[in-house]
Amino acid sequence: MSLILIIEQVLNGLQSGVMLFLMAAGLTLIFGVMGLINLAHGSLYMIGAFAAAAVAGFTGSFALALVGALAAAAAAGAIIEITVIRRLYASDHLDQVLATFALILIFSEGTRWVFGSFPLFLEIPPYLAGPVTLPGGIAYPKYRLALIVAGLAVGALLWFLIERTRMGIRIRAGENDREMIAALGVDISRLYTLVFALGAALAGLAGALVGAIQSVQVGMGEPVLILAFVVIVIGGIGSLKGAFLGALLVGLTDTLGGIFLPELFKLFTDPATAQSAGASLASMSIYILMSLVLIWRPTGLFGAPA
Amino acid sequence: MKKLLLATAAMALGATTAMAEVKVGMITTLSGGGAGLGIDVRDGFLLALKQSGRDDVELIIEDDQRKPDVAVQLSDKMIQSERVDVMTGIIWSNLAMAVVPSATAQGVFYLSPNAGPSQLAGAGCSPLYFNVAWQNDNLHEAAGAYANEAGYKSSFILAPNYPAGKDALTGYKRTFGGDLAGELYTELGQTDYAAEIAQIRASGADSVFFFLPGGMGISFLKQYADSGVGLPVVGPAFSFDQGILQAVGEAAVGVVNTSQWSKDIDNPTNAAFVESFEAEYGRLPSLYASQGFDTANLLFSALDKAAPSDKAAFQAALEAADFDSTRGAFRFGPNHHPIQTIYAREVIREGDVYTNRIIGTALEDHADAYASECKM
Repeated sequence: MSLILIIEQVLNGLQSGVMLFLMAAGLTLIFGVMGLINLAHGSLYMIGAFAAAAVAGFTGSFALALVGALAAAAAAGAIIEITVIRRLYASDHLDQVLATFALILIFSEGTRWVFGSFPLFLEIPPYLAGPVTLPGGIAYPKYRLALIVAGLAVGALLWFLIERTRMGIRIRAGENDREMIAALGVDISRLYTLVFALGAALAGLAGALVGAIQSVQVGMGEPVLILAFVVIVIGGIGSLKGAFLGALLVGLTDTLGGIFLPELFKLFTDPATAQSAGASLASMSIYILMSLVLIWRPTGLFGAPA
Repeated sequence: MKKLLLATAAMALGATTAMAEVKVGMITTLSGGGAGLGIDVRDGFLLALKQSGRDDVELIIEDDQRKPDVAVQLSDKMIQSERVDVMTGIIWSNLAMAVVPSATAQGVFYLSPNAGPSQLAGAGCSPLYFNVAWQNDNLHEAAGAYANEAGYKSSFILAPNYPAGKDALTGYKRTFGGDLAGELYTELGQTDYAAEIAQIRASGADSVFFFLPGGMGISFLKQYADSGVGLPVVGPAFSFDQGILQAVGEAAVGVVNTSQWSKDIDNPTNAAFVESFEAEYGRLPSLYASQGFDTANLLFSALDKAAPSDKAAFQAALEAADFDSTRGAFRFGPNHHPIQTIYAREVIREGDVYTNRIIGTALEDHADAYASECKM
């Protein structure tokens, strides 16, 4: 196991972490501000990827594809917020889970109806294709580096938006006391629609960015959704800082666990057993991480005490 | 009173003649990540049904969502309440293992259009179970044979951690004469292969063998092409079938893959199949579609000779495999799995469409390795 391999795997872990953060940020914002559990967040990720593939297929431009993904996911988010989600704020979490699960089914079948059942093609733009040699002779795909940079940049923008702008103040106020800010004359329902569309746009962006190196197909959002839930539980529900740290932790654990656990097991047993036992344990590793964090801090790393 | 009894008897009789129809239950994957495979099998089967002009076959189609528990529920429903005579359709080996043994134990014929787990070819074989596609190991054995021919000395091999993935690596290792630079099982449904590709890069292999069907293969190939590792890749047809090549694009061109079927196999049945499939559905058929088509035609050839209620006669009719296959001559081995030629194909670009063409034969008249363990 060479140092180069380890560094490459750390980069891989970071990359999967920042993409997870884009998903988890929206999820945790929506839960924090509106108290809503949105299972359909994975569908917004899928919509982003499909919109990007469609726009890229039509125009041939990756930048336009990203704009298309942001717009489509934000629009889908705003529409479901106004038509469905708005009615769920006052109801309990079970109703929200049922309604948003129904949305998953509707979006999946709707996408299949529009685009068909076969995966779509979305390509890495030529200027980001191929590997680049990093200091130390590490060959690493340019696109994945770009993903890390893009994810960090979006994270910084989001931090600025929440901490430094008027809209951010309103969002934080809405998180703390929704009656009070409504009484102060802020149009709370418009604020909710905005937050929901923002979260949706982030999910759509993640879908489009990841779609270029994965398969753009119906149902692609659900596995990511599960990971994103793990992230926000680890980070503390409602906390953006928690979502960021949680996402990096989950990304790194997931990637590095899959590499090092089998190696570790090889010290004790024969390679075949080590490979299968290591792989099994690696797929459990993020859930083990989650339970350890919850034992240590029941509300997550940055969660407000209940 | 007598009249009433007579009437009831007559009605019962009428009912039995109406039920002389054969009920076929198809459980396949029509939604989720693996949907393209199930849809192709279904469409191939439906095309054969349409061309046969039969009205004595009632086909019930259900979607298993690639979930073993759903498949088991559907099969219970089909066997116990719909009372189907023949079942078919399952794509994934883990679902086949959950459904097929209990279906055949309840006296239902099962014709597999795809999944061919080693367990069902060897000790777990059944007189009522037929595989029309291949035993899982076959295409991978052919890939290993091709790798020898291509002069590869050291392969890095990977497959998902489920029954067909284990069969795949076993199959490749059975025929490949070189060393293994690494061997990995990935998660079923995994979408990111950055960690695996980094290991391939560090392994010092001279070739890569992978079995990642459906969307997994798309993700892997795109990421592999972008990583710049650049080692030659061999694999079974499952990651290079017609349904996914368009989504992989240029990254797949030139890759050699092994298949029992290709659209350019030269026989009249195949030519007619490719043409009519394209006319009917507006896309080129994949190997899965050819398997669905062959499964249906095998079934119809047996129905012409016997009814499924006469188990021994129907089994003999299936064993005869007296139908025109898209693969040319078709025959079963003693464990009801095909003995067939497996070709090496190369991914090419034809106009706007990515497809495959045959470049040679990888294994001639190949039978699977488990037939001797099967005691029927």
